[in-house]
Amino acid sequence: MSLDKAMAATSSTAAGGLATRQAGTGTGRAVAAAVRIRSAAAKVLRSTAAIAAFAAIWELAPRLGLVDSTFLPPLSTVLSAWWDLAVSGALLEHFQASIVRSISGLLLAITVAIPLGLAIGYYKPVAALLNPLLELFRNTAALALLPVFILILGIGETSKITIVLFACTWPILLSTVNGVRSVDPLLIKSARSLGLQPFKLFFKVILPASLPSIFTGIRLAGASSILVLIAAEMVGAKAGLGYLINYTQYNFQIPEMYAGILTISALGLLINQGLVLLERRFSGWKNNA
Amino acid sequence: MSEKQQQAVITEAAKISFQNVTKRFQVREGRGVSEFTAMDGVNLDVRPGEFMAVVGPSGCGKSTLLDLLAGLSHPTSGQILLDGRPITGPGLDRGIVFQQYALFPWRTARANIEFGLEAKGFSQKERRERARHYLALVGLSGFENRYPHELSGGMKQRVAIARSLAFDPDVLLMDEPFAALDAQTRESLQTELLSIWEQTGKTILFITHGIDEAVYLGQRVAVMTARPGRIKRIIDIPLGKRSEDEDIRSGAEFGALRHEIWSELREEVQRSQAFDRSPVTAKAGLAK
Ligand SMILES: Nc1ncnc2c1ncn2[C@@H]1O[C@H](COP(=O)(O)OP(=O)(O)OP(=O)(O)O)[C@@H](O)[C@H]1O
Ligand SMILES: [Mg+2]
Repeated sequence: MSLDKAMAATSSTAAGGLATRQAGTGTGRAVAAAVRIRSAAAKVLRSTAAIAAFAAIWELAPRLGLVDSTFLPPLSTVLSAWWDLAVSGALLEHFQASIVRSISGLLLAITVAIPLGLAIGYYKPVAALLNPLLELFRNTAALALLPVFILILGIGETSKITIVLFACTWPILLSTVNGVRSVDPLLIKSARSLGLQPFKLFFKVILPASLPSIFTGIRLAGASSILVLIAAEMVGAKAGLGYLINYTQYNFQIPEMYAGILTISALGLLINQGLVLLERRFSGWKNNA
Repeated sequence: MSEKQQQAVITEAAKISFQNVTKRFQVREGRGVSEFTAMDGVNLDVRPGEFMAVVGPSGCGKSTLLDLLAGLSHPTSGQILLDGRPITGPGLDRGIVFQQYALFPWRTARANIEFGLEAKGFSQKERRERARHYLALVGLSGFENRYPHELSGGMKQRVAIARSLAFDPDVLLMDEPFAALDAQTRESLQTELLSIWEQTGKTILFITHGIDEAVYLGQRVAVMTARPGRIKRIIDIPLGKRSEDEDIRSGAEFGALRHEIWSELREEVQRSQAFDRSPVTAKAGLAK
C-alpha cells in the first residue's frame, strides 16, 4: 500500500514535471518567436532606415524651403510624375529600350570576351601578342569613342549596343585572363594525376576554377553597361531612359526628369541583382551562406 | 650470371625503380637564374606489393621524388621505371595523395572522389557506389554533399585519400597523408591503410615526418639525406603482421628501430641546419 502511494506520488510528480516542462517549452517557443520577429523587424529597420531618412529629407527639404523646389521637387511630386509616366506607357517604352540595349550589349560582350580571355589566359604566346593592344583599349574611355561609333554606325541601335559591348568587354576580358592565370597549379597537378587529358582539363578544372573571377568581371561590366548606355542615349536617341532625362530636362519637366533618374537606379539594381543570382547559381560553392 | 644481368633481374623484379635520378630546378636569384639541385643521384627499388616508407628532413626532396614518380615532372637525369618501363607521364595506375589535399573546391566530397572515376570511364551508378563506399571507409559517410571549404583539414585529407583509393590504382603514392589528423583518427586510418594494403597487395610509397608512423607502417624505411636529397640508408623493419600484435608500438624491437631511424635523421637535420647557418657562422668567425 505504501508502495502504491509512493508510486502514485512519483507518477504525479512526473506528470507535473512533464506539464511544467511542456508549459516551459510553450512559453519558450513564444519567446523565441517573439525574439525572431523582433530581430527580423530590426533587420528590416536597419536595412531601410537610411533609405527612409533619405526619402524624408528629399520630401521635407523642398517643402521647408531649404532648397528651391523648382530644381528639386518633393519626392511625392516626383513619384506622382513617375506614376503618370508609367500609366501613359511612355516609361515602359523608355525602360524597354534601355534594358534591351544594355542587356544585348552585355551578352555580346560576354560571348566575345570570355572565350577570348580564356584563350589569352591559357596560351602564353597569344597573351604576349595581344597584351599591349588590350592595355591600350582598356585605358581608352568608352565614351571618348562614342563620336566615332556614331560616325561609323549611325545614330541607331547599332552604335548604342556597340558602345555598351565595347565598355563591357574589357572588365570581363581582364578578369577572365586573371582567373585563368591564377588557377592553383596544385589543382592542375591533381587533375593530371587523376588521368585528365589537356582538353578535358580545360573544361573540368581551368574553367570552373576561373568562374568566380569571371563573374566579378561580369558584375563590373553590368555596372558600366548602364553608365555608358545612359550617356550614349543622352547624346543621340529617340527612346531610352537617358533620352528621357535629357529631354525632360531640356523641356523643364523637372519631376519627370527625376522620375527618369529613379528608374535608371531601378534598372541598375535589377541588372546587378540578376547577375548576383546568376553568380550564385554558377559558383555557389564559393558562398558560405 | 654477370653482374649486369643480375642488375637487370633485380630491376625487372622491382615495381618502382629510381635509377640514378637527379632533379634540378631553375630558380630566379635576383636577376640571374641559378640551378638548384633538389635530388641528386637517387637509387631506390620498391618491390611489388611492398610498403615503403620514406623519411627525411624538411626540404630534402621527398615531394619532388613523388612528383617524379607521379609523372608530373621529369628527372633532369637518370630514369624511373614502373613495372620495368620508364614513366612518361601521369596515369591512373598510380594514385596520389598530395601533401596539401588538392581537392577541387567547386566539387562536393563525392564529386571529388568521382573525378578520377570519370576519367577511367565508370558509369554514373558505379561512380556513386564507389564514392559512397570509399567515403564510408575513411569515416565520412554523411558528408557526401559537403564542399571542401565546409570540411576540416583532416576531413579534406580523408577525402583526398578516398579519392586516390577509389579508382583502385596499383601503386599508391602518399605525401604525409596523415599529418593533419588527430592521433586517434591517424591511428585508425593507419590501421585501415594497412588492411587495405594487406587485402589488395598494392605497392605503397608513403612519405612521412613521423618516425613512429614509418616504423609502424613500412616494411622498409628509406632515410633521405638533407639537401640535396639522396637515399642515405634503407632500414628493414622485420616486425610481424601489425594486426596480430595489439600493442606493437610499445615493444622493445619497435623502440630499437625507432631509435635507429631517429639517429640517422638527427644527423641529417643537424647537417641541414649547419648548412643553413654556415654563411653566418663564417662571417661571425671573420668578425672575431
Ligand atoms: N618548382 C620548384 N622550383 C624550385 N625549387 C623547388 C621546386 N619544388 C621544390 N623545390 C625545392 O626543392 C627542395 C625539395 O622540395 P620538396 O618539396 O621535395 O621537399 P620535401 O622533402 O617534400 O619537404 P617537406 O618535408 O617540408 O614537405 C626544396 O628545397 C624546394 O625549395
Ligand atoms: Mg613535401
